[in-house]
Amino acid sequence: MADMQTPLRRVRGLGSARGGTAHFWRVRVTSVALVPLSLFAIWLVLATFGSGYLETRAMLAHPVVAILLGLFVVITLDHMRSGMEEIIADYIHGEGLKLVLLMLNLFFVLVVGGACLFALLKIAFGG
Amino acid sequence: MSNSTATRPGMKPRPLSPHLSIYKPIPTMMMSIVHRITGGALYFGMLLVAWWLVAASTSEDAFGLAQGVMGSWIGILVLIGFTWALWHHLLGGMRHLLWDTGYAMDKHTATTLAWATLAGSLALTLLTWIAVFVVGA
Ligand code: HEM
Repeated sequence: MADMQTPLRRVRGLGSARGGTAHFWRVRVTSVALVPLSLFAIWLVLATFGSGYLETRAMLAHPVVAILLGLFVVITLDHMRSGMEEIIADYIHGEGLKLVLLMLNLFFVLVVGGACLFALLKIAFGG
Repeated sequence: MSNSTATRPGMKPRPLSPHLSIYKPIPTMMMSIVHRITGGALYFGMLLVAWWLVAASTSEDAFGLAQGVMGSWIGILVLIGFTWALWHHLLGGMRHLLWDTGYAMDKHTATTLAWATLAGSLALTLLTWIAVFVVGA
């Protein structure tokens, strides 16, 4: 099919992942938040390493831990979704495959995020 | 066929950047590649975080299985790799944030920072695992 778009319109089409600089900015904002949150996550793994089931659950149920770990999960997943979109846009040139991979990327993030948050809430609410 | 603006029929061929393989590897370039690889590895590493959390929310047996696998020697190797990837990506990410403000872009500073990212990530990974074995002991 003939391309009826002007070059300007194509530029305004926001690039190959359709997000323009929104992606770039989103990765920056999440990066800033992830510096302290990753340090927290590393600390948490150290603090629970080798602890048993009940001890680990008690730790994860603490509101401060649960909230910070929940934030780490949500912000990491947002960050890695945008990051992976950038990788896909860089290496995948066929429109069909690109759409499929962008979709799988979103599903992956939603499934991993859903599982983590459900587990965290279940532990925090004592289930 | 690819339908990018570089190859779209009827358009003048656009200049493409030369392929990666013709460049001599230099530290900044290697660290840029490693930043992307560690980002990709951490992406899939989040599956381990999900497994650990879901196991802890399911039952003592499920948690024991996750801990058994992650505590095996191969599990520990993977976790050491995960730790290194996170430290490296975190330091590399801070380098990106610094560049975004316009600092440290000149060649020599950038090269020094590339080496510092690598050395820092290795040192922090070592410290993390010393702490793990001290706490775990
Ligand atoms: C587990 C946590 C993390 C995951 C799964 C993750 C994942 C990713 C992925 C997949 C990318 C795309 C890579 C690329 O485009 O080359 C990326 C890029 C990036 N990440 Fe992370 N990341 C994490 C933590 C962090 C942290 C803690 C920082 C701290 C500053 C950070 C800073 C960045 C930056 C600045 C970029 C953009 C790099 C560029 O523009 O080339 N990330 N991340």
